[in-house]
Amino acid sequence: MSLNEEVDLLRRVPLFAKLEPSKLKLLAFTSERLTFQPGQALIRQGDMGDAAYVIMDGQADVQVETPQGPLTVAHLKRNDFVGEMAILCDVPRTATVIATEQLVTLRIAKELFFRLVTEFPQMAVEIMRVLAQRVEKTTADLRDANNKVRELEGKLQGKD
Amino acid sequence: MEPSIYRFIIRYSLRQQIALTLLSFASFVPYYYYLLMPKLIVNQGISHKNVEFPYTILGFELSPEAFLVLLCIGFLALVIVQQGFKYSINVYQGISGERMLRRLRYELYGRVLRFPLPTFRKMSQGEIIPMIVAETESLGGFIAESFALPLFQGGMFLVSLGFLFAQNWGIALAALALYPAQLYLIPKMQRKVNQLGKERVRTARRLADRIGESIQGVQEIHANHAAKRFLADFSARLGDIYWIRYEIFQRKFVIKFLNNFLQQAGPFTFYLIGGYLAIKNQLDVGTVVAAVAAHKEMGAPLKELLNHYQQREDARIKYEQVVSQFAPPGTRPPEYQLTEPEEVPSLRGDVNIAGLTYVDDNDTVILDSLSLTLPGGSRVAVLGSGPGREELMLLLARLIEPDKGRISIGGTDIGPLPEAVTGTRIGFVGAAPYVFNASLERNLLFGLRHRPVAEAAYEGEAAKRWQVRLRESVASGNSTDDPEADWTDYAQAGVEHNDALSVEALRVLRLIGLYEDVYQFGLRGSIDPKADPDLAEAILRARAALREKLMQPGIAQLVEGWDRARYNRNATFAENLLFGLPVGDGFDVERLAEHPYVLQVLEKVGLTQRFLEAGRQVAATMVELFADLPPDHEFFQQFSFISSDDLPEFQQLLQRVPRDRLSEASPADRMRLMSLPFKLIPTRHRIFQIEPELEARLIEAREVFARDLPPELAKGIAFFDPDRYLPGANLLDNILFGKVVYGQAQAAEQIAQLVGELLAQLELRDTVARVGFGFECGIAGGRLSAAQRQRLGLARALLKRPDILLLSDAFSALDAGGLAQTLDAILAEFKDGTVIATLPRASLARRFDRVLTFEGGRLVEQGKVAELDREGSHFHRLLAHE
Repeated sequence: MSLNEEVDLLRRVPLFAKLEPSKLKLLAFTSERLTFQPGQALIRQGDMGDAAYVIMDGQADVQVETPQGPLTVAHLKRNDFVGEMAILCDVPRTATVIATEQLVTLRIAKELFFRLVTEFPQMAVEIMRVLAQRVEKTTADLRDANNKVRELEGKLQGKD
Repeated sequence: MEPSIYRFIIRYSLRQQIALTLLSFASFVPYYYYLLMPKLIVNQGISHKNVEFPYTILGFELSPEAFLVLLCIGFLALVIVQQGFKYSINVYQGISGERMLRRLRYELYGRVLRFPLPTFRKMSQGEIIPMIVAETESLGGFIAESFALPLFQGGMFLVSLGFLFAQNWGIALAALALYPAQLYLIPKMQRKVNQLGKERVRTARRLADRIGESIQGVQEIHANHAAKRFLADFSARLGDIYWIRYEIFQRKFVIKFLNNFLQQAGPFTFYLIGGYLAIKNQLDVGTVVAAVAAHKEMGAPLKELLNHYQQREDARIKYEQVVSQFAPPGTRPPEYQLTEPEEVPSLRGDVNIAGLTYVDDNDTVILDSLSLTLPGGSRVAVLGSGPGREELMLLLARLIEPDKGRISIGGTDIGPLPEAVTGTRIGFVGAAPYVFNASLERNLLFGLRHRPVAEAAYEGEAAKRWQVRLRESVASGNSTDDPEADWTDYAQAGVEHNDALSVEALRVLRLIGLYEDVYQFGLRGSIDPKADPDLAEAILRARAALREKLMQPGIAQLVEGWDRARYNRNATFAENLLFGLPVGDGFDVERLAEHPYVLQVLEKVGLTQRFLEAGRQVAATMVELFADLPPDHEFFQQFSFISSDDLPEFQQLLQRVPRDRLSEASPADRMRLMSLPFKLIPTRHRIFQIEPELEARLIEAREVFARDLPPELAKGIAFFDPDRYLPGANLLDNILFGKVVYGQAQAAEQIAQLVGELLAQLELRDTVARVGFGFECGIAGGRLSAAQRQRLGLARALLKRPDILLLSDAFSALDAGGLAQTLDAILAEFKDGTVIATLPRASLARRFDRVLTFEGGRLVEQGKVAELDREGSHFHRLLAHE
């Protein structure tokens, strides 16, 4: 794999789509290309974050710990970007990400990520957009969940 | 210390001074004849006055020529005798001066070690160091000649003068006429110069202090953009020194001018008066010549005498200043540190504090008549806020002394105890234990090394040399202990010999949570396989075992081993080409492109062109990636093959040397390009793909490199050999015998774990950890983290097995989990002794028997934890505040 091929792959990631090719090349050169075997974790819930990952190839599951055991909440595939939350706001990882098949990623270290965000406003805007979409989705999910809870409570009260 | 410099001199060097004085007097006899000789030569040898020829001496008859030769030889002999005396006086003076200087410095350093601790808040390193090192230097010179010089030079002066009077009193008086002016004027001017000199010393001392402060505070300077102000300030100080020196040398040259002028006025009178008298035949020419010579001889002693007089004033003041600076009130007598009691009493038993009062240097009362008893063997937590807690711990460790009251432990008042007792029986760990710039082992055993227990074994020459050194130490009143001896007190650590001690040290490290770190240091440490063949052998066993493990699928791809027949894709071009590691200075990995043999090998296999192309490609990529980054961007350091300074040059080089005309590039350009690919790891840097054809050629280059290596270069490289320990590489690399592959997630962690398990199976973990003992801790332990330093301090205190352990804020750098774990381990280890600890959180006190709570320097509450852990107690309030 050469830098140029990586640049082509990075360009397909929405977050980086609007960056100039030379910056993408710098990003590729300064990032680490990491391969995960199936079952290996990229990120563990509760750890402090030191990097974000771009999925270049393969698939992964996002899981959260629940009292009943791990619960898969999302799937990640090629061109997805994951792990930026914990490094943006310095909180512990909110979920675990596990490779479900051989997974090729580009690991972007925290300092590098910050540098890119501060130096390239296009990237900051793109991240805001992605995060906003996520908040919107979470809100919708919460609304659905609330509705379900109410529905169940109603059923339970009906039984009493 | 003696209050005046003369008393110091008389007390310690009376014998040398007397010897020097006698030598000086003895030298005056040949000196007088040496002065007389020119007259004899001129009058008798040349003018033949009062001589009859042939001249008979000892039965020989001499012609006039032979007589002249004899006289001249006599003159030469007297010169030799005279200079011989001077030489021996100088040498003996030098020896006695150096001894006194050595004694003075030793005494001053010894005093620094005995200063009461609060002194160091007022006196900085920058002041103390120049005083001991630089300023005493001139005192040494003065001491050497304090008696001998005035006597010797004064005597010379008087002999010359006496000679003049003996020749002709008129001429003598004329020569003397000008001295009063010289004696009056020059000292006066010299005094001013000396004052300026002192001012210069003071300014220089402040300058040194300032530089020291800048280095220590360099972080603040960067963080607050204060460099400009510091430069201005420094410039002003340098300016002060400049103007002082300017004034000094101006005056000095005026003095020199006057001195020389007055000195030359002498011959003027001799030639004028003597010449007049000679014309009138009232004086012979020989006398005039001798008078001129004698007067010339008088100049030097007089100058020396004047100089000495000035230096004496200077030295007297300097000595008194230094002595007063080095005697702050409360300095302990040397016996505190140097006496070694036959039997070290135990400090077990009740800690009894009676009427303890401590006032700090601002006259603030920190502890006021504190009285309490802590039962021996109890664990006491000291809690609360405000001052008092730290001071109590320091008082208990007898590191500071109370203003009133006393502390006794097991019935012994600790106040008058020598450090041989307090320093071994009391274990004290503060918030920032100091780690010395030495190996980890030295730092760990610091608490066990008090006195030499076994002399170093010297043989032959070395033994003689040591005896000579020892005699000289005695002559200067210095320490006669040998730093090379074995100072480790094994008995104190409860072991019998060094091997048992390292086992014990590892146990303590494990207990204190530092074992894993030391093991890691060991893995990254290296050994000399010749000095430690057993360990090298063991490491080779681990290498073989790992190789077997790596056959398993799943982990097989984590390490790419060294194989002579295969290109290692996770190694640099340099490593692949050399297939070994440079030893010594035969090959510099940073400058392989300049090494003629390396270039020759590349040329032989026809790789030069390919390397140039690769170099150009690397250069082009670097320029593309980094050209528009600011030069101080951290990426340059982290990632670039080319420094920001060199980048513009490479930019021009790329334009100058197009791709298709690489072969026409100048030798300098070629070398620049060739230097780039050596550090390249294609799988990691992904700048270009390395094709199988190139790999094959590089393997060929590797073979040619080894085959044609001239014998004188063969010493400079250790080839990778699966059956040999690789000197220069660390233990881990020796075990891996290859490269951890790039791009596999957690490869390094998995390998580390695998190696760890393997070493555990082979029972080599402790051996590796022992290699970690050699880890150099750096200046002030800078290569360790704050937490590691603190753990090291704790381990050091536990290892010496004290009767009472004092932990003063000794966990501040540990995180909450680490703190609780370490504290539990220490309390479990220290079952019988007394432990007193100041703690950051009240809840930790539940692990202890008793608790003392302080507020604003006052003891608020004391008692058993069980009794005070109730509603309404101060302890309970502290718990609630967490």
